[in-house]
Amino acid sequence: MKKQMLSVAVVAGLAASVSTAAMARDTIQIAGSSTVLPFASIVAEEFGNTYSEFNTPVVGSGGSSGGLRQFCQGVGENTIDIANASRQIRSGEIESCGENGVNEILEVKFGYDGIVFASRLDRSEFALKPEHVFKAAAAQLPQDGELVDNPYTRWSEIDSSLPDQEIVLVIPASNHGTREVFEEKVIHPGCETVAEVEDDACNNLRGDGRIVEIAGDYTETLARLDAQEDAVGVFGLSFYDQNRDRLQVATVDGVTPSLETIGSGEYPVSRPLFFYVKGEHLDVIPGLAEYTEFFLNEMISGYGSPLEDAGLIPMDEEERAEALEQFQSRTVATAE
Amino acid sequence: MSISIEQRRQHRLMTIEKSLAKRHRKENAFRRMGLLAVVTGMTLVAILFISILMRGVPAFWQATFYMDVYFDPEVVQLEPKPERESGESQFAFNERYSQWLTRAGLVNWQTLIDNALEEALGEEVEPRQLRDLRALVTSGERYALRDRFVEDPSLLGQTVELKMLASANVDVWIKGNIDRDLPDARQQLSAQTRTWADQLEEQGVIRNAFSTSLFLNTDSRSSLASAGLAGAFMGSLFMMVVVIGLSVPLGVSSAIYLEEFAPKNRLTDLIEININNLAAVPSIVFGLLGASIFIGYLRLPLSAPLVGGLVLTLMTLPTIIIATRASLRSIPPSIRQAALGIGASRVQTVFHHVLPLALPGILTGSILGVAQALGETAPLLLIGMNAFVANVPGTPLDQSTALPVQIYLWQGNELRNFFEARTSAAIIVLLGLMLSLNALAIWLRKKFETRW
Repeated sequence: MKKQMLSVAVVAGLAASVSTAAMARDTIQIAGSSTVLPFASIVAEEFGNTYSEFNTPVVGSGGSSGGLRQFCQGVGENTIDIANASRQIRSGEIESCGENGVNEILEVKFGYDGIVFASRLDRSEFALKPEHVFKAAAAQLPQDGELVDNPYTRWSEIDSSLPDQEIVLVIPASNHGTREVFEEKVIHPGCETVAEVEDDACNNLRGDGRIVEIAGDYTETLARLDAQEDAVGVFGLSFYDQNRDRLQVATVDGVTPSLETIGSGEYPVSRPLFFYVKGEHLDVIPGLAEYTEFFLNEMISGYGSPLEDAGLIPMDEEERAEALEQFQSRTVATAE
Repeated sequence: MSISIEQRRQHRLMTIEKSLAKRHRKENAFRRMGLLAVVTGMTLVAILFISILMRGVPAFWQATFYMDVYFDPEVVQLEPKPERESGESQFAFNERYSQWLTRAGLVNWQTLIDNALEEALGEEVEPRQLRDLRALVTSGERYALRDRFVEDPSLLGQTVELKMLASANVDVWIKGNIDRDLPDARQQLSAQTRTWADQLEEQGVIRNAFSTSLFLNTDSRSSLASAGLAGAFMGSLFMMVVVIGLSVPLGVSSAIYLEEFAPKNRLTDLIEININNLAAVPSIVFGLLGASIFIGYLRLPLSAPLVGGLVLTLMTLPTIIIATRASLRSIPPSIRQAALGIGASRVQTVFHHVLPLALPGILTGSILGVAQALGETAPLLLIGMNAFVANVPGTPLDQSTALPVQIYLWQGNELRNFFEARTSAAIIVLLGLMLSLNALAIWLRKKFETRW
């Protein structure tokens, strides 16, 4: 008898737990860019601490593309509400969102981040130009009028101003939004200086092991630098900032990356950071609108805010007001 | 003739002796190789444990401020905590209470900490140095102050000695986990903050104290020094409840059926082969399966321990079935024959005689299966359990992480100087749990073991 009761209780418990799954979720669920993750997590925590009536949002990673793919899976409580992205949503992604019933994609820009090249502190200093990076990374380069496989093995062969050090470049893999910015802001300008390489071929990177693609986060890149001491890695400014005791940063076009030079646009390799809110969930998931507005609050993401301490480059007053106004008027992102 | 026999004997003896020496050599070589393998294995395990312990153990102690905090009525301007009035509905009271809580949250608790620090330093801090000052105490402590006040509003106007965690970077500085000779530009803390930290340490305001935050707090990103394992622990606990609740009854009963009742035919052979193969399927495959079935099709929530538990159940089932079958098979047939011989039915034979004898083996197999599930990470990454969660899950349906996933997440944190130690500390906690589960398995086996 007792055993029967027990088994009934177990079955009832399971049934109850499955049926409550159908109830409304009351915690905001976020996923996406690992660059945005630290910022979003801080905001989520402050949000949960400030508003006693809302739960602390849950922030997952997975890269910009991974996050947006989850975001576009559909509308409903077991899909995420916000996708963090370190690049703008692509028109293909908007279309695939639309196919799954996600039509109200609200884009929120919340600040800027710089991408830096850094190497181990005990190695030589680098003063890079986009051209150097392209020549170090390209699959094919012109030599005596025809394209040949990239011949460079040491930085000093590219330019005598660069250190005599093996070329190993550790870059983010294509699941990261950072990769797109790296291509757009470094590889393409570098590519333009070499007329013989056609525009379509700019993104073809060498496959002989000198370019290491990292699909994980920056700690993995850092671990690479410990294993291959000559390597130069691509990091977010905030990551470099937290590890200044082991990394040294390279200048690009003679500008040292810092909050100031990136904020002023002097340092060339920077990008805006976004998150995308699912409009369809605004009235379903409690706190979603409040979270977005909280994120854009000067106290959270402005100058002197916790996010600036964590390495975010804040937007100025005007941009902030514009971003807020765009969200409040529910301006939907469209595929051009 | 006799010489020839003698010669042959000699010859035979020599051959035997030669081959004997060779056999002994081989045996000795094999023994030495075996010993070498064991020693190598043990050395590697020892290196692993020692390096984790060396890095992790110091993280259980954190730089902590012991300061007098004055709950200044001028800063904490808040009406008394609402009491439920007679005739007031629960809902109306909750509404009023939650409003009061929100107002309590808006109080500038940081000012109280700033004042306490100024008091301890014995100097007036200029506004432009405020940022350096606030880098000392971890930012989560202001909420801890709020929670303390909400719990006990009579603190208003009183001075209390409180323990507050130093920020992660101060902890790194005090413990010397960052090179103290690095130039200013390479330090995480400003020169002013470093001087203050050293001064306070000398005064005994900052002490290295055992910290419970690792066990009692949830993960944190805005206040790194107070990041803890509580949420991940509860998530793992819920998952293990689901795993034990599902995989043990299912696994044991299917093993009993297959071993004791099922006819031996092609179909049961096929099932057996399948179970053995399932045990060898990489765990990540179960994660993919779980993501598409439980989340995609059954529409269960993301990041929920229930889903994690279901996925791990799938992974643990074959292990438990195989262990149970092996344990049942090891029971001598004479037991069954004796039971059947005095007229017991097959069900009686199994449940009264075979199963009790097989129990220690079944328990050991189940516990080891569950311990394996506890340490599993890969499938959980695919069902969203690698998210940042700052709540302790209250039910198996709330979002949560798990202990091994938390280790993975901390391993990826940007502030390497602080989190390398923290990660090792989390590994020690997980290893401790695993070792106690394994010890439990051994103890149960010893306790119920029957010899015949």
